[in-house]
Amino acid sequence: MKHENKDDSDPRYKVANREALFGVGLVIFNFIWWYAFAYGLGSKDPSEYTYVFGLPAWFFYSCVLGFVVMAVLVTIVVKKWFVEVPFDEEGDGK
Amino acid sequence: MNWQALIPLIAVLLIIFGVGVWSGKYIKTSNNFMQDYFLGGRSLGGFVLAMTMTATYGSASSFIGGPGTAYTEGLGWVLLAMTQVSTGYFVLMVLGKKFAIVTRKYKALTMVDFLKKRYRSKWVVLISALSIIIFLFSAMAAQWIGGARLIESLVGIPYTTALFIFALFVLIYVTIGGFRAVALTDAIQGMIMFVGTLILLIATIIAGGGLSNIMEGLSAENPNLVTPYGAEGTLTPAFVSSFWILVGVGVVALPQITVRAMSYKDSRSMHRAIIIGTIVVGVIMLNMHLIGVLARPILPGIEVGDKVMPLIALEVLPKWLAGIVLAAPMAAIMSTVDSLLLLVSSSVVKDVYLNYVEPNASHRRVKRLSIGVTATLGIIVFLMALNPPDLIIWLNLFAFGGLEAAFIWPIVMGLYWEKGNKYGALASMVTGVGLYILSDSFFPQPFGMHSVVLPVVVAFFAYVIASLGTQEKVIGQET
Repeated sequence: MKHENKDDSDPRYKVANREALFGVGLVIFNFIWWYAFAYGLGSKDPSEYTYVFGLPAWFFYSCVLGFVVMAVLVTIVVKKWFVEVPFDEEGDGK
Repeated sequence: MNWQALIPLIAVLLIIFGVGVWSGKYIKTSNNFMQDYFLGGRSLGGFVLAMTMTATYGSASSFIGGPGTAYTEGLGWVLLAMTQVSTGYFVLMVLGKKFAIVTRKYKALTMVDFLKKRYRSKWVVLISALSIIIFLFSAMAAQWIGGARLIESLVGIPYTTALFIFALFVLIYVTIGGFRAVALTDAIQGMIMFVGTLILLIATIIAGGGLSNIMEGLSAENPNLVTPYGAEGTLTPAFVSSFWILVGVGVVALPQITVRAMSYKDSRSMHRAIIIGTIVVGVIMLNMHLIGVLARPILPGIEVGDKVMPLIALEVLPKWLAGIVLAAPMAAIMSTVDSLLLLVSSSVVKDVYLNYVEPNASHRRVKRLSIGVTATLGIIVFLMALNPPDLIIWLNLFAFGGLEAAFIWPIVMGLYWEKGNKYGALASMVTGVGLYILSDSFFPQPFGMHSVVLPVVVAFFAYVIASLGTQEKVIGQET
């Protein structure tokens, strides 16, 4: 039986592993932002809420601004740090 | 009957249908039928990839059930829905290039193919194929019900007739066109969803007299509606946060999503898909659920949550525009159903039949069988959906949770942890699914979290412990 997935020497895997870690990092950041604003500002009594553009502040910062921040961050990460690698066998000269 | 709304809706659906049939032409002339029918020839570009992922994921649960629940629960449910933004980037980054490279090396066409070549175990394959067939079946039934409901409330024809029209439509283009048809129609459907929800959101805000006015109306009715805790205060932080697992990161394990992560052309497509996908998922999820909440002061007293979307569209938009916008949820449902149908069919034909029943089936036979199985499955789901339960969202989420509990570690650890082996995968799948079903039936919210969280955590340890415990055994077998 051939053992084809032992070739961890494949340099493309290093790129792949690094980018996967970026994904994990982003999701953790996203969660903290989302949670901190939602429950940090939202746990007050509703009569004490402040409003931003007509939406409760907790909702605006957590869901609306949070989404915009994530979209910008994802774009920056992909444009700056993601590397193009070929996917086909021939491409990596093995 | 709302003919003015119906005509644009039908027109949109016919265009989608046309694209599906047109892409069927590729399949006829193809010399690698399996790869083309089930994977679109690994040729997806960035835009189509992003759209097909979004459309597959933005299913009836978010489009019909979601706004309905948001209508009942208030802003807390929108907060919950926003956990899905993470799917836009997380799935493609984590499965990412490693998955693309490895599945090409393995020449894998389905997720089960990947598991088969990674673990080389008959049992892993059989259990995986079986879980896919069972869980995706219930997901599909839920989606069909949603589709039929929508037609029912929009056109005013009986549920059964609506279901029949819906089923016929989807069946024809999936059967003929395969994955390419599904991906292309998804791209159109994704765009309709994006634009449609945007128009509807704006129209709803105007009809409600501005956001401040609507929020005042909501807090006057029940102050809880503008808090993150839900109308009855039952949405606890632990419960809502656990949706990060269920509809956020756990999505990497859904077969209908992973199959897309092996279908793209090159790194550039993937990079573009990550950016476009994140934006599109975020916009659609935010708009869609917010519409549900904002609809409440405008149209109070809607009892069947599933009808909120169609009713609010007909209320705040001109009839013809409502028709086009309502093609959005319709599109969402169709694009989920078509992907699921194709996936279950590929499980039956590729993973079970070709692996264990008749490995040397001829080209023509495989082709006939694939198309035949796809059609038959569609008809069975149709029959199941004839007598449906009321709230589709839970049915749907049950299927998602089950698949996630089964596959998340065999896939992710299989990719990134060399020591993982078939015993680990089996242990993880069995404990994951078993515990999920037990937990869901007997203690629905352990530690206040959704019942998917605990099985996912336990399945991780099962994978690691079983893999480490059997290292010597495996080495002994392979040399």
